[in-house]
Amino acid sequence: MSAAIGLYRPGTSLLHRAPAGLKLAALVAAGVASLAVRAPWEVAAVLVGLALGYALARIPVAVAARLLRPVLFLLVPLAVFHAIVTTWQHAVVVVGVILALVLLANLVTLTTRSSDLIDAVVWVVRPLRRVGVDPERVGLLMHLGIRSVPVVIELAERVRDAQRARGLTTSVRAFAVPLLVGALRHADALGDALAARGLDD
Amino acid sequence: MLIEFDGVSHAYDEYRFAVRDVTVTLTERRIGLIGANGSGKSTMARMLNGLVLPTSGRVTVDGLDTARSGKEVRRKVGFCFTDPDAQIVMPTVAEDVAFGLRRRGLSKAEIRARVEAILARHGLAGHHDHPAHLLSGGQKQLLALASVLVTEPDLLVMDEPTTLLDLRNARMIADLVANLDQQVVMVTHHLDLVRDFDRVLVVDGGRVVFDAPPAEAIDHYLQLMASPR
Ligand SMILES: Nc1ncnc2c1ncn2[C@@H]1O[C@H](COP(=O)(O)OP(=O)(O)O)[C@@H](O)[C@H]1O
Ligand SMILES: [Mg+2]
Repeated sequence: MSAAIGLYRPGTSLLHRAPAGLKLAALVAAGVASLAVRAPWEVAAVLVGLALGYALARIPVAVAARLLRPVLFLLVPLAVFHAIVTTWQHAVVVVGVILALVLLANLVTLTTRSSDLIDAVVWVVRPLRRVGVDPERVGLLMHLGIRSVPVVIELAERVRDAQRARGLTTSVRAFAVPLLVGALRHADALGDALAARGLDD
Repeated sequence: MLIEFDGVSHAYDEYRFAVRDVTVTLTERRIGLIGANGSGKSTMARMLNGLVLPTSGRVTVDGLDTARSGKEVRRKVGFCFTDPDAQIVMPTVAEDVAFGLRRRGLSKAEIRARVEAILARHGLAGHHDHPAHLLSGGQKQLLALASVLVTEPDLLVMDEPTTLLDLRNARMIADLVANLDQQVVMVTHHLDLVRDFDRVLVVDGGRVVFDAPPAEAIDHYLQLMASPR
């Protein structure tokens, strides 16, 4: 399942209660600050801090680890590459910083409802109202996007199963065409549902 | 509520009419629409909330013309689709229910209270922050229904609400509908669902070919399906 979906774990910790906007701002600030990290001990300190954050939010280690799995495929080769081409210290810094940022981003999504995150984004884009952007529309689009991911994943699984049943396991076209048709049909139905539920009224 | 089709036809393209020359007046509390695939049931159902507008003729709901007063009509008419995945537009259960309450001038507390109440009534009380995609098929249809009913429509139109469900879930939806105060128009292939309705229309080739109490209408439909084309 995609990383952005259904990650939120309800809770009452300080991190859960912190305003979504503040958490987003912290994430951006961390991204900027990460450029200044030079030494392995700095990385270690940051990772310890993050571990405390996860403990504070009562996120089980298994959950945190499961979310990291996809990036490990990237990080392990990257670490090996840097250790060989440069120094192990450099490898630790590069990989450690990416790891820390992913951990932080996951921590934010684990402790924040997607609707609160979206509200924060809607608040940020408010000034764009003057150039014709409707912030509420932006928020709705983000919600629809998040909602559509599992629907399309399910659709892709159905298409793949149908393809297997017919023995066409390698054809890209036999996968892509029905998936596209299904996605367009879904978009159509979603449009009807939005209209029926009074979106433009 | 008074629903009137007055000489209504609809063509999606220039070659064929999906609905042709339908004139009926509906006032009953429970109205069924049955007929073969492609006979025009969905088109008729979608005309009740202005999702489809007549190519000719007029549809009025409670005196409001769906072509001219679409917005007012949709406030009175709730619509439940076959596939809840298309109908659920928000990522989590409570958000989806709250979606229908936007721009109604309700306070956050009021919205929350109404959402809680309707979720409890539909057996979804513990699923407030649940991602919608993790619900079962039956639960999804319950959520879709809850999201429509929270807006307190006077008329509920349902287009094959149980076609994707197993028998147990279909039964559950049927029981729920039976206990609603609202007027209901239901399109279905589950003929059992309309057996205790007040009136059932049989649709064929875009026309209403039979209009009677359920027992006779169902008989007519079964005969129609048994006879060769
Ligand atoms: N969006 C559309 N565009 C073109 N033709 C359509 C569309 N929707 C339905 N039709 C056609 O209109 C006719 C009636 O369809 P519909 O009202 O969906 O029937 P039913 O719900 O009874 O299966 C069918 O021949 C169908 O192919
Ligand atoms: Mg239909």
